[in-house]
Amino acid sequence: MAYPYVSERETRVISRGFGDPMQRVLDIYVQRGGYGALRKALGLSPGEVIEEVKRSGLRGRGGAGFPTGLKWSFMPKESRREHYLLCNADESEPGTFKDRELMRWDPHQLIEGCLIAAHAIRSSHVYIYCRGEFFEANQILARALEDAYAGGFAGDDIMGSGRSIDVTVVQGAGAYICGEETGLMSSLEGKRGLPRVKPPFPAAVGAFGAPSTINNVETLAAVPHIVSNGGDWYRQWGTERSPGTKLFCVSGHVNRPGNYELPLGFPLQELIDDVCGGIPGGKALKAVIPGGSSVPLIDAADTRACALDYEGCLEVGTMLGCASVIVMDESADVVKQVRRMAEFYAHESCGQCTPCREGAAWTVRILRRIEAGRGTMEDIDTLMEITQGMVGTTICVLSDSVAAPVQSSIEKFRDEYLSLIRPEHRVGAA
Amino acid sequence: MPPSLVNLTIDGRKVAVRKGTTILEAARQVGSHVPHYCYHPGLSSPAMCRLCLVEVEGASKPMPSCVTTVQEGQVVRVNSEEAVGHREGVLEFYLVNHPLDCPICDMSGECDLQDYVHYGGRERGRSQEPKRVFGRDDFGGDVLFYGDRCVMCTRCVRFMSEVEGDERLTVVERGDRAVIDTFFEEGLEGTNWHGNIVDICPVGALLSKDFLHKARAWDLEHSPSVCTSCSQGCNVELHVRDNLVQRIKPRENLAVNGWWMCDHGRHNYEWMNRGGRLQEPYARVRSSSTGNGSSANGSSGNGSSPNGAGRSSWSATLSRVRDALIAARGGAGTLAVASPFLSNEDLAALVRLVDALGGGRVVYRSRRAPDENVLKGFPQLARRRDLAPNTTGLGLMGAKRVGDDDGAGGLDRVAGHDGVVIVVGDALHDQMDDFAASASAFIYAGSHAPPSARSAHALLPVTTFAEQEGSFTNLDGRVQRFSPALIPPGSARPPWFVLGALAASMDGGEMARSTAEAFAALSASSPAFAGLDFEALLEGGAMAKTEPARGEGR
Repeated sequence: MAYPYVSERETRVISRGFGDPMQRVLDIYVQRGGYGALRKALGLSPGEVIEEVKRSGLRGRGGAGFPTGLKWSFMPKESRREHYLLCNADESEPGTFKDRELMRWDPHQLIEGCLIAAHAIRSSHVYIYCRGEFFEANQILARALEDAYAGGFAGDDIMGSGRSIDVTVVQGAGAYICGEETGLMSSLEGKRGLPRVKPPFPAAVGAFGAPSTINNVETLAAVPHIVSNGGDWYRQWGTERSPGTKLFCVSGHVNRPGNYELPLGFPLQELIDDVCGGIPGGKALKAVIPGGSSVPLIDAADTRACALDYEGCLEVGTMLGCASVIVMDESADVVKQVRRMAEFYAHESCGQCTPCREGAAWTVRILRRIEAGRGTMEDIDTLMEITQGMVGTTICVLSDSVAAPVQSSIEKFRDEYLSLIRPEHRVGAA
Repeated sequence: MPPSLVNLTIDGRKVAVRKGTTILEAARQVGSHVPHYCYHPGLSSPAMCRLCLVEVEGASKPMPSCVTTVQEGQVVRVNSEEAVGHREGVLEFYLVNHPLDCPICDMSGECDLQDYVHYGGRERGRSQEPKRVFGRDDFGGDVLFYGDRCVMCTRCVRFMSEVEGDERLTVVERGDRAVIDTFFEEGLEGTNWHGNIVDICPVGALLSKDFLHKARAWDLEHSPSVCTSCSQGCNVELHVRDNLVQRIKPRENLAVNGWWMCDHGRHNYEWMNRGGRLQEPYARVRSSSTGNGSSANGSSGNGSSPNGAGRSSWSATLSRVRDALIAARGGAGTLAVASPFLSNEDLAALVRLVDALGGGRVVYRSRRAPDENVLKGFPQLARRRDLAPNTTGLGLMGAKRVGDDDGAGGLDRVAGHDGVVIVVGDALHDQMDDFAASASAFIYAGSHAPPSARSAHALLPVTTFAEQEGSFTNLDGRVQRFSPALIPPGSARPPWFVLGALAASMDGGEMARSTAEAFAALSASSPAFAGLDFEALLEGGAMAKTEPARGEGR
């Protein structure tokens, strides 16, 4: 089996089924121990399940890294009032392609994780909000869900436990912002995918006004393994504060791009050189975006120092995000890449908050001007200032996502910008 | 201190406000204005304009004050360097695509963007690229949309969906392509409250076609008033330039109309500007003296013309009218026709005059709509069935409604009456030329002289509500004051003044010399109005004592 690329340095927990079409078949999945974790979880009280997940130290894999068990514990402790588990499968961060693979290759693992999580938060309804463009993943999920219902693993009286949990797969309408948790809820309700102000937080007022917990696909996929083997077992990988394994989506200038499941804290440089086989043509590394296009990019020196966990990335001034490693070699044009990212965010801004709506588009226009050789030194200062005005001033963090690549690229690769500014325009350099 | 109060500090000032209050409201209570666009007290708060961001001690980010509720011990800074810096930054974003066409924009002078940028914006914008252009759109009804000026606060969208309850507007597209639009060709035509979206638009993106390029905001005088188009009594402002009412805007009164008014009332103002007014008092002399009008003979050539009328001063006219009335009183008694557009004070003076003449009957007619038109999201507000402002006041003072729902008919008895007939307030529009031809005395007080006033012994020019001070009683019995907005033409005087002078000259009592005195006389004579303070009526109004029959008022 050679799922696009595998590495002997991987620790395959949630990606075990990658490349194996039989993993999608319910009977095979059950034969391999599938739904055992669900059976075990249903024998435990919701509180006990939450404790186990808390013990594992599992943190949200969608990007924010919030402790999953703690998030679940915010939910109401009684089940009379309707509340929901939402699975965020709207994976739309540029450079990320792990959730799609988890759904394509191992749909039952996700369904099992959803059911366990629903049990833990005393919810009787799960919505899997799957990105609309993932047509294949949607189909596979829907088929697997049908099988799970037929096999008695979902729906009424699951495996004779008396517990009933329904699962609905929702096909997203196609917008980056629908992957933002409150935007997802608006979209799920059939409205425009507009993020909402927090507070109230989803655990108080979420989808359809009911308390809701929202978890990423990868987070939920890890849950069955934690319940089966115990929280302490999961802690054998990773670091004290970032335990467990994580899928890394590597793209860009590497010889073997792909999904690699590695323990958290794995050195970024080794990921590029060993796991991914280095940079094609032996070129030098210029920049890496370690967490998807919305986190600051780092240069080669930072790359050597970067350990891939939540804290390690902060130390070098970036974020782990959803661990989408975008590698750029010396031939990459940083200004062009940043302009393209800014264009993406300007296009995807929902248009509610003024700093994001106007600021993102303005940023793009300035970057285009610089790229076309019509920029001035003041433009660079203006870029820094207006993107600073977009940080922390909006409802959601899409606006911050525009600022991150722009600001970090100006800080680390100022020369690239300067080289695009004609000498006569360099007067008045700040 | 009651436990429901929360103590906090805003810009160094200690404040105690009710629990659950937002920072923006708390700041407003201590007189500190936090700039905002998307927040409106009558709508939900999406916290998307990001202009009301304030610094809250301990918070990692600036907080939107419109949705952040106060916490005990909170320290808020509205005007700190950080907060002012955020505001300046956000305002610059607003100007990236705003056309800055203030010189040709109707909103100029009352525009929140203009005000905020003047107050706290950068001196120069840094945007160099061409601006985004949306152009204009006719939203139907009275509304024009200037897309380029829009600040995307979505107040209009939320008004239509949350208050009007008719989702005719929405935001289409996203990012900086986002724009307000109607669904396909279905505009606002046919909705009854859409004029409010022009009021709540903080900039010049939504404009009234009726007011388009009619006046600059700074040339308009604002007079607090009460809408006369139905018995709801919406609090309004009359905006006047060149002694002409240019538009009507709602005025906040949570007990009556909130922040809103209907389109029917909003656009019913041209009658206040109508020309051809009665300007001077006339005492008419009949060519064939039947004896009834003999004492009304004036100095201006008795019998010199068959239909001769004498122009004269108020004092001379009123003394001749008094003489005529004294000569004519008794006998068949007095019948008075009032108008539901008269103020409480006018009516009280009329009732006093009728009493001075030995008593009689006061009737009125009013138009009625087939049904109410309720504002769904603010159901205490409706365009009521009664299309006049003071039918309740008339009822409280004993006047009887006659005629049909078109405000016509019902005056046959008055038309043929051979005692005293008094008509106040242009209430004869459908009557024949020989109206009250056989009356022993026929006094007509109005703003215009219709053919049906041909037989009148005296034509007394009186003001409309827009030209005088006074009060109306709405259908709930709420007595609300209005202020003069226009200068009356010629010698026109308020009805309470003219009728009050006549009554005082006949019953020997005091004559009211101000509206306040007229109101005091009213509250002394009518138990429904007892104890009400005229000064206090301007803000919010006060309830009349007697609960009127609601069914009758509607």
